[in-house]
Amino acid sequence: MKVSAVITLKKDVLDPQGKVIHETLDGMGFNSVNEVRQGKYFEIDVKENDPKKAKDLVEDMCKKLLANLVIENYKIIETQ
Amino acid sequence: MKSSVITFPGSNCDRDMDVALTKFGFKNKMVWHNDQELPKSDLIVLPGGFSYGDYLRCGSMASKSKIMNSVINFAKSGGLVMGICNGFQILVEAGLVPGVLLRNKYLQFICKNVHVKVDNKENTFFKNLDKKVLEFHIAHNEGNYFCTNDQLKEIEDNNQIAIYYCDQNGDTNDQINPNGSIKNIAGIFNKEKNVLGMMPHPERMIDESLSGEDGSIFFKNLLNNIK
Repeated sequence: MKVSAVITLKKDVLDPQGKVIHETLDGMGFNSVNEVRQGKYFEIDVKENDPKKAKDLVEDMCKKLLANLVIENYKIIETQ
Repeated sequence: MKSSVITFPGSNCDRDMDVALTKFGFKNKMVWHNDQELPKSDLIVLPGGFSYGDYLRCGSMASKSKIMNSVINFAKSGGLVMGICNGFQILVEAGLVPGVLLRNKYLQFICKNVHVKVDNKENTFFKNLDKKVLEFHIAHNEGNYFCTNDQLKEIEDNNQIAIYYCDQNGDTNDQINPNGSIKNIAGIFNKEKNVLGMMPHPERMIDESLSGEDGSIFFKNLLNNIK
């Protein structure tokens, strides 16, 4: 089944790319933006049909490789 | 004295490091990342470059490669390990030194000479060094050292900051900070001080006619300390 993971920077970590995107949006006329934070999205197709087991597996991947927990948080989204 | 330089796919300072180590008297061996065993070594070096194209996060893939299990065991048993630039990024991803290296604050790749202040000489890497300020070269996009407040306190309490970006007189301040690193940190030790990660490249400063000689001072001193 497919499991998705979203990795985002923690609140206190500087995100210069997000800042530049925010400024560009501002320059384009999107003036109602408070903040932009850039993250990563993974779609992982695992050989596992049990949703709980599939989620646990991806969570383990997030902890060990996909996210660096010093600066990033992860959120697992079950898809199909 | 024996050294080993690990080559990862995308390393590009591995041969420079080999030239530098050999020039100052190390018997150096090149080791491929997919090997499992390290040759008998007094020093392991993780070189600069762009291992795995910097995919995901710089150093993250290389930190999981086969040879790294042996490097981690070597470090945990007290062996000397030095990571330069991408090597530093691999060390943080492997958890051998604390913190992470974020993208440079102003989003620019920085390639220039910098001065660094050597703060802590109670370790094999900098013991007996007769200079306090060294001129090294940096070339990186992700050298912005970051750690949590708790980690920073621990790092400072244990004297783990190895070198700081500074001006030629040894003053550290925000103006001289090239990449936004916390506290101008350019290099850091593990708690036991047998693992050193640093962004600057000493191997690029070993020839007066090409660059400068402060790298020569560093390597000569290192060899004497290991002997």
